[in-house]
Amino acid sequence: MKTEEAKYMHQIDAVIVGAGLAGLRAALELARKGIQVAVLSKVYPTRSHSGAAQGGIAASLANVADDSLELHMFDTIKGSDYLGDQDVIELFVQEARKTVYDFEHMGVPFSRTEDGRINQRPFGGHSSPRACFSADITGHVLLHTLYEQCVLHQVHFYNEFQVVSLMIEDQVSRGVVAWDIRQGGLHVFHAKAVLLATGGYGRAFKITSNAHANTGDSLSLILEAGLPLEDMEFVQFHPTGLFRHGILLSEAARGEGGYLLNGKGDRFMAAYAKEKMELAPRDLVSRAEQTEINEGRGVDGQDYVLLDLRHLGRDKIMDRLPQVWELALNYLKVDAIEAPIPIQPTAHYSMGGIPANIHTEVIHNAAGDPVTGLYTAGEASCLSLHGANRLGTNSLQDAATFGRLAGERMSRFIQDAAFPALPPAPLDRPVEQIRKLMERAGDGGEKHAGIRMELQENMTRYAGVFRDAEGLGRLRGIVRELQERYRNMRIDDRGEAFNLDLLEAIELGHLLNFSEVIVEAALARTESRGAHFRTDHPKRDDVNWLAHTLAWKTDAGVRLTHDKKVVIYMDRFPPQERKY
Amino acid sequence: MKESITVKILRYQPEKEEKPHWQIFRLEVPADSTILDILNEIHWNHDGTLAYRRSCRSAICGSCAMKVNGRNVLACETPMHQFKGSTLKIEPLPGFPIIKDLVVDMEDFFKKMDRVKPYMILKKPVPDKEFLQSPEEFSRIRESAYCILCGACTSSCPSLWANENYLGPAALLKAYRFIFDSRDDGTDERLDIINDRNGLWRCHTIFNCMEACPKHINITGCISRLKTRVVDNSL
Repeated sequence: MKTEEAKYMHQIDAVIVGAGLAGLRAALELARKGIQVAVLSKVYPTRSHSGAAQGGIAASLANVADDSLELHMFDTIKGSDYLGDQDVIELFVQEARKTVYDFEHMGVPFSRTEDGRINQRPFGGHSSPRACFSADITGHVLLHTLYEQCVLHQVHFYNEFQVVSLMIEDQVSRGVVAWDIRQGGLHVFHAKAVLLATGGYGRAFKITSNAHANTGDSLSLILEAGLPLEDMEFVQFHPTGLFRHGILLSEAARGEGGYLLNGKGDRFMAAYAKEKMELAPRDLVSRAEQTEINEGRGVDGQDYVLLDLRHLGRDKIMDRLPQVWELALNYLKVDAIEAPIPIQPTAHYSMGGIPANIHTEVIHNAAGDPVTGLYTAGEASCLSLHGANRLGTNSLQDAATFGRLAGERMSRFIQDAAFPALPPAPLDRPVEQIRKLMERAGDGGEKHAGIRMELQENMTRYAGVFRDAEGLGRLRGIVRELQERYRNMRIDDRGEAFNLDLLEAIELGHLLNFSEVIVEAALARTESRGAHFRTDHPKRDDVNWLAHTLAWKTDAGVRLTHDKKVVIYMDRFPPQERKY
Repeated sequence: MKESITVKILRYQPEKEEKPHWQIFRLEVPADSTILDILNEIHWNHDGTLAYRRSCRSAICGSCAMKVNGRNVLACETPMHQFKGSTLKIEPLPGFPIIKDLVVDMEDFFKKMDRVKPYMILKKPVPDKEFLQSPEEFSRIRESAYCILCGACTSSCPSLWANENYLGPAALLKAYRFIFDSRDDGTDERLDIINDRNGLWRCHTIFNCMEACPKHINITGCISRLKTRVVDNSL
């Protein structure tokens, strides 16, 4: 059996691509309603990167202090720098409590208050302690609990399956083509409804908190299908990445009272966010750190500042932040009880993604016309809930809530829908793509690792915390050159079983594909909003730029439009200056 | 600062060979490299045919458990300097069938997990808000909920090597996680499943699982408490 030949044909009501929090929550919802569902994941479900989220899941339960839906809504809107769609944000905060209680009933082990309720901690940009948590392994316990529930409801998993093509014709989704990584061979999944929930794409950057698997596959496949991506210029850099590794140290470290110190030992946030200090939103804190570093106030002139937990004491660190403590010890040999931890901003989260309406239906134009049978949720999607900057702990809530709502929506659609016709030759394109890569196996030419590393280094350098026209212009040329080199790249492995070499080559193609969109969208947006900061256009410009970006790949390059309106309730939450 | 190292990897390419063989790589790597950094260096710059699993890089996804110099570890969090001398010996997790190189077949591992009913069983109505659970009750399940299903424990268990039908430490730990959860109503049915000669009683308290666990979970202690629970229940 050759990798490029079809091995199996499956017909199934619902196909979920990705087994993180959004994908599993949708799968569970469908399975609970008795609908046949298959989950396709490039890794075992419990290996998904939702499990690396640490600090908490946002909901205004008011278990430890006063809170309200209105306040959660306002915090999220302000955090988004007014680019978030307010109808989506309203639905989100309304559904958030139900999502958390449902998780608790499924058995999620939450940390508890003295009176036995779910404990909550402060987080950046939230004006009340709203992060429901389980020590600092919240994503891990949510992911595992969802997987357990999927086992109970007999969800069918195709583990280590890489989706290589979306079957979309005439704006109707017909299913997907997937490659069996473990054994080789292509499978056609003919489906009434498909959910894209493949998460983020941090691997386009050198310093990133993201897993090796986070290569934005479905975003690239959307572009290949002739559909647009939305707001791709908005990439979140998390302020506390482990120095040089980029690995995430939870924002919970600051939520529990940790300080940020520069090379002179000063709590430098006083100069940037006097009121919120370390608990300002991530875009602002990352910019503050990068400014300290750029102006020579890093530690010993190096590219890092410090996260100081010492004053919290051993008991609190070990009770609330055990993973943070262990990561610092294992990777940097720093015992956080005794010494501050070297940190730097790290590419963390994609606010942009696959455009969808409030019902999680993928749309294909600024007017919001949906692609029939195609849905998206979680980090891969752009509804747009997070706008130009996401608040910590809103992402787990986003993935779970909109995963659940996607499942509900899909189940209603599936009950009335017939199977759409399959395209005449669904395998032609993926077969050709894989054959081209495999043909070059073993020949001379460059390996993919070098191309990937150059992309990552340059994306971090020119499309990072600070951007300008000159750097982005240079990056545009670099990405094009790397795309050219990709066409002549070689891979070593000709085998059928677990061909990691081929997988990484396919993933690199995706990284190069959507990175071009990030660069073009960032070049076009001549303002600074949320996580997108242009040093040559340092102010927010609501007159010209209070709009979403849509981007298509065409033969002539990336085509951008900026006429998709932001949903704003002018009477309730009109845009204001954003200060913390 | 770079260092010269020798890495011996147990290779198995199913399409080309009947049995695994050792391959030696000589490399120059940064002194602070982890085992995963070394595998990436080989795969990216020397031999692209090398296969292994990895994802998060931060010891939470559980993909990269393997045997290094005789010990089961997570490749991503293990610095090469944990091992004395300049030769590293890297093998797939023992006790599992090899698919290719360092990639093992974990289907049976996950199926055994499924046998202990690894999900909350409720026989009471759910409240409008959360079930109340005291911090003390939470602390009873906290450690066991940290399990990342990497397989390092089960793979290190001599009782499992001797009898492949044994549930193994990871599945028993999963049973523990629910049996000791104050909210769960499935204790009796779970105890019935694990109170079996291929269940609890196949554990001979060898402590390998506990030593192998990258999350430092006292798995042997949890299994012992399960045994006590079964005995108490039968009295």
